[in-house]
Amino acid sequence: MSPPDIEFLLDRADEAVSISRQAEKKSAVLRGRTQINLFFEASTRTQSSFELAGKRLGADVMNMSVASSSVKKGETLIDTAMTLNAMRPDILIIRHQSAGAAALLAQKVGCSVVNAGDGAHEHPTQALLDALTIRRAKGRIGGLTIAICGDILHSRVARSNILLLNALGARVRVVAPSTLLPSGIADMSVEVCRTMAEGLKGVDVVMMLRLQRERMAGSFVPSVREYFRYYGLDAAKLASARPDALVMHPGPMNRGVEIASEIADGPQSVIQEQVEMGVAVRMAVMQALLDPRRNAEAL
Amino acid sequence: MNATVFEHARIVDPSRGLDEIGTLIVEGRKIVAAGPDALNQGVPDGAVRVGCRGKTIIPGLVDGRVFIGEPGAEHRETIASASEAAAAGGVTSIVMMPDTDPVIDDVALVEFVLRTAKDTARINVFPAAAITKGLKGSELTEFGLLQEAGAVAFTDGRHSIASAQVMRRALTYARDFGATIVHETRDHDLAGSGVMNEGLFASWLGLSGIPREAETIPLVRDLMLAKLTRSTYHAAKISTGISADAVARAKQEGVKASAGVSINNLALNENDIGEYRTFFRLDPPLRSEDDRLSMVEALRNGTIDIIVSSHDPQDVDTKRLPFADAAAGAIGLETLLAVALRLYHSGEVPLIRLIEALSTAPARLFALPGGTLKPGAPADFALVDLEAPWIVREADIRSKSKNTCFEDARLQGKVLQSWVSGRKVFEL
Repeated sequence: MSPPDIEFLLDRADEAVSISRQAEKKSAVLRGRTQINLFFEASTRTQSSFELAGKRLGADVMNMSVASSSVKKGETLIDTAMTLNAMRPDILIIRHQSAGAAALLAQKVGCSVVNAGDGAHEHPTQALLDALTIRRAKGRIGGLTIAICGDILHSRVARSNILLLNALGARVRVVAPSTLLPSGIADMSVEVCRTMAEGLKGVDVVMMLRLQRERMAGSFVPSVREYFRYYGLDAAKLASARPDALVMHPGPMNRGVEIASEIADGPQSVIQEQVEMGVAVRMAVMQALLDPRRNAEAL
Repeated sequence: MNATVFEHARIVDPSRGLDEIGTLIVEGRKIVAAGPDALNQGVPDGAVRVGCRGKTIIPGLVDGRVFIGEPGAEHRETIASASEAAAAGGVTSIVMMPDTDPVIDDVALVEFVLRTAKDTARINVFPAAAITKGLKGSELTEFGLLQEAGAVAFTDGRHSIASAQVMRRALTYARDFGATIVHETRDHDLAGSGVMNEGLFASWLGLSGIPREAETIPLVRDLMLAKLTRSTYHAAKISTGISADAVARAKQEGVKASAGVSINNLALNENDIGEYRTFFRLDPPLRSEDDRLSMVEALRNGTIDIIVSSHDPQDVDTKRLPFADAAAGAIGLETLLAVALRLYHSGEVPLIRLIEALSTAPARLFALPGGTLKPGAPADFALVDLEAPWIVREADIRSKSKNTCFEDARLQGKVLQSWVSGRKVFEL
């Protein structure tokens, strides 16, 4: 996405925030449209966020629970997609554990497809909601220094954020043990830092990533206590950042692993705002895809 | 503070390329001066003067690979008994392997070793911590916390890590902490049930052999991974010409790799096993004479960086068994220097290069104090009579275990005194 496209979506999302804050939250922009949430991976936050976004825009929302679907009976991703496509939805929201799944689906169906996270590839609406949160708090993104810390290797959130924040002119740093950095990271337009003290020095935003439990016990990282000691965000490490630095986390958090509770709940934390911005950003994205009036305006 | 002045000694200090007649001045815990010009400031007031004509002073040996039975097998060796043996051999610092029971894979064990050493040892004891929990080869230990507690390197000791993925992660993770991964390579499948070098001699003895490739294949793998991860890697004990070639090639390519050799693989070959002498059952096994000569050449030309004793005390319960059933390993702290001096007396390796590989290089490799006679360095050194002949007698061995490969061997070169931090810890 080009910077004007991103800014356009963020502006629409700003409007959606005000809708969501009204007592009457329902609009009719997408009335009569059908939205299917197809989540192959469990996700409380993203799935409910997309569901609410669709409902607030007036769409009919259907959640396909993969656990009880034909996928469990051995149906392939493409067959599932073709079946759903035959029901003529207007928009498919897909979350899948394999990188490239959303792109594959988009080739096979006739409606819009929104990637709600595909493996370790991308999570575009997360990056947009992070950008919106930052822009609302700081007034801008260009020129800010932003540190993304933790499990970069497995993180789709990190990849989407690196792309989007760079596109908007931010300076991006990544901080992680080398075992959690993908190869070639230094060529992803980021500054690679080995220690939190170095990586957080003077930053405007600290973005923490979740460390999956199965990666904590000796495979990528020896133990929780060692990880927290060197890479967990606590008051001492946060002190290297600017005093007004934002603390962000895409959730769900592991308190005491990547982030200390007093920081997650502290005054610099905008983790709850991120959740709120999530609904707004998803409203903006679906509106841009489905509302012809908006489309005409945008293009 | 009273000074001690050692006069008219041959001073060998590889850290400065020095091998000249001169003086060593020690004050308190430190070396004040060493070399031909050491007396330029005159003899300090009240100094004790020691005449050393015909004797040699070397930086105390730093033994990079020592197995000790404490905790867990104190009947074989304690930190205290190992330190007695070391002091008698001119060894002033040792790197202790994590193969204890419990394994040194936790901060508490590192602290235990350091505390016990402080209370009971005459010499410096530096623990190496395990790379993987329980030396099982799968889950990494807490490199950061272990290093902060005092672990000087990471190694799975006698155990070899089979998984290339685990080795890659260990190297990658170690790099963040500037830690060195030390590895004894052995492909378990290829080595199979082997108990000695594969070849004619093993075949005649009816013992199954360990091919050289069982050491070299995982070594080459490790060197490639060290290159990939840009980490620091040390091959703990190589024993074959093809391993030396692999290390030399990696060094040429700029890999941050180094290699050690056991004194046994420099001094002995497979024929020493004779009639199934279990004290000669070692890991890596004693190889052919050609391999031994390759080791000597690799040491001389710098492909091999350090010599280790690989001191490994075993008791009758593990050694008085048929050859194939006996445990591998031999003690070596007390004889390390004298056996190494065989290469000096035979003219194969210059003295300064030997002392470098026994002291200066391991100190640098493990970032330890010592290994030098520079002013300001800790006064860790040995006073040696390079020519004195002696015979290794079981009754004289200070180690709790007596499994030496050099029983009744005639050696030349005797440690007269050992000093650690300005304190005399051994005198003949």
